[in-house]
Amino acid sequence: MFWASYLLAALAIILAWPAPIALSRASWPARAPFTAMVLWQSIALGGGLSMIGAMLVWGLEPLGDNLVSASAGFLRILVSDEPAASLGVVHVFAISAATLLFGHLVSTLILTFIRIRRQRSRHRDMLTLLSSPAADQPATLVISHPVPVAYCLPGGARSVTVMSDGLMDLLTRAELDAVLTHESAHLHQRHHLLLWAFAAWRSALPWLPTSLLAQRAVSELIEMLADDEALRHVDEPTLVRAIAIVGSGALPDQPDTLNDPLAEDAGAPAARGTTDVTGGTADARSTAHRLQRLLTPLPPLSRVQQGLALSVAGLLLIVPPALLVAPELIG
Amino acid sequence: MATLGDLERTVMDLLWATPEAMTANALRDAIAEAPLGEVGRELAVTTVLTVLSRLEKKGLVERERDSRPHRYTSVTSREDHTAELMHEVLVTAPDREAVLARFVGSVSEAEAKTLRKLLGGS
Repeated sequence: MFWASYLLAALAIILAWPAPIALSRASWPARAPFTAMVLWQSIALGGGLSMIGAMLVWGLEPLGDNLVSASAGFLRILVSDEPAASLGVVHVFAISAATLLFGHLVSTLILTFIRIRRQRSRHRDMLTLLSSPAADQPATLVISHPVPVAYCLPGGARSVTVMSDGLMDLLTRAELDAVLTHESAHLHQRHHLLLWAFAAWRSALPWLPTSLLAQRAVSELIEMLADDEALRHVDEPTLVRAIAIVGSGALPDQPDTLNDPLAEDAGAPAARGTTDVTGGTADARSTAHRLQRLLTPLPPLSRVQQGLALSVAGLLLIVPPALLVAPELIG
Repeated sequence: MATLGDLERTVMDLLWATPEAMTANALRDAIAEAPLGEVGRELAVTTVLTVLSRLEKKGLVERERDSRPHRYTSVTSREDHTAELMHEVLVTAPDREAVLARFVGSVSEAEAKTLRKLLGGS
């Protein structure tokens, strides 16, 4: 079983480091956001599986020729008084590490879910008190605030899109529709589940820099997916205008911000909601990518290329479990 | 049938609109008189008190300790609460990223400038 554990370890390292870095630098995800999203998920899942699998297989190696007989041997040691002499300290350590990592990943996923649920329910409570339903839009709330902002709050049947009246003042009817279809695409395509999984992945493995890369890439990709959905209902200039207006928080005909070069440093960011103090740079980069993608659209990835990427994604999920049972099949 | 959320909202609206503290009795009367009240019916004082104690637990209203019957006021204004809620949305703290998907995330000053140019130039 040794070779299987080494292969799994190699796969774990590739999926933890070079693969996410390469994918985060690639430019093709903008041309096939859905495929890229699937690939990110399989990198995370395949990476976790092979990390745990490598340690488990290596630790159980002295107990049997394959995973099944080795696990049975391990169980016998645990429940009956069979001597554990065949297991060295390193093996016990590897088995414990695999168990702990698995428990850690699962419990972080659950804890993140609980934390998010709690924040959402508190936020929803306050929205009930502070907002009013939009006149002609179902499941849409309007909150009285000058900063142009729109977001969605997922919650099954109680999912809502929230707009500020600052936003409604700035945008035309068509631009508002662009914003609303964009937000409802987030809700329909269940993007909050992806955000949840990758937020959990990041808080479970904060020492792994690529977990942050993955989280950023995923939040950028869901914006592109929602943009694509919005483009099925509104034309591209409308969507671009909506993004640019909300992003800059300013009307195009405001003379002091447009043509006067002296106004460059005189802007008051707070009034426009440009909260770039707290890690806004990643967001800004993502907004730039989104706009660039809409303004100079590249042809989508060919079917062959997408099929290739999806096959890689599928392999990443099949290979780790296959390596776990392979020694048995061969032996 | 009004939900607890609706009732809480009606009570908060009244407390936000009234500068001085109100008793549960006064609140019940005001709800009954409200034009086309969202609640739209006579409430028992105990119901109003239940709503008030829920709101108190949420830190939205406070009770004047020395008065009998108790008089209630809102802790802060509606605007302050809205500002706080929007702060939650606008400031992207790492542990909040998973909660909300905003239409356009935070934008740097340089980025905002580019966006404005884009709007002016097209």
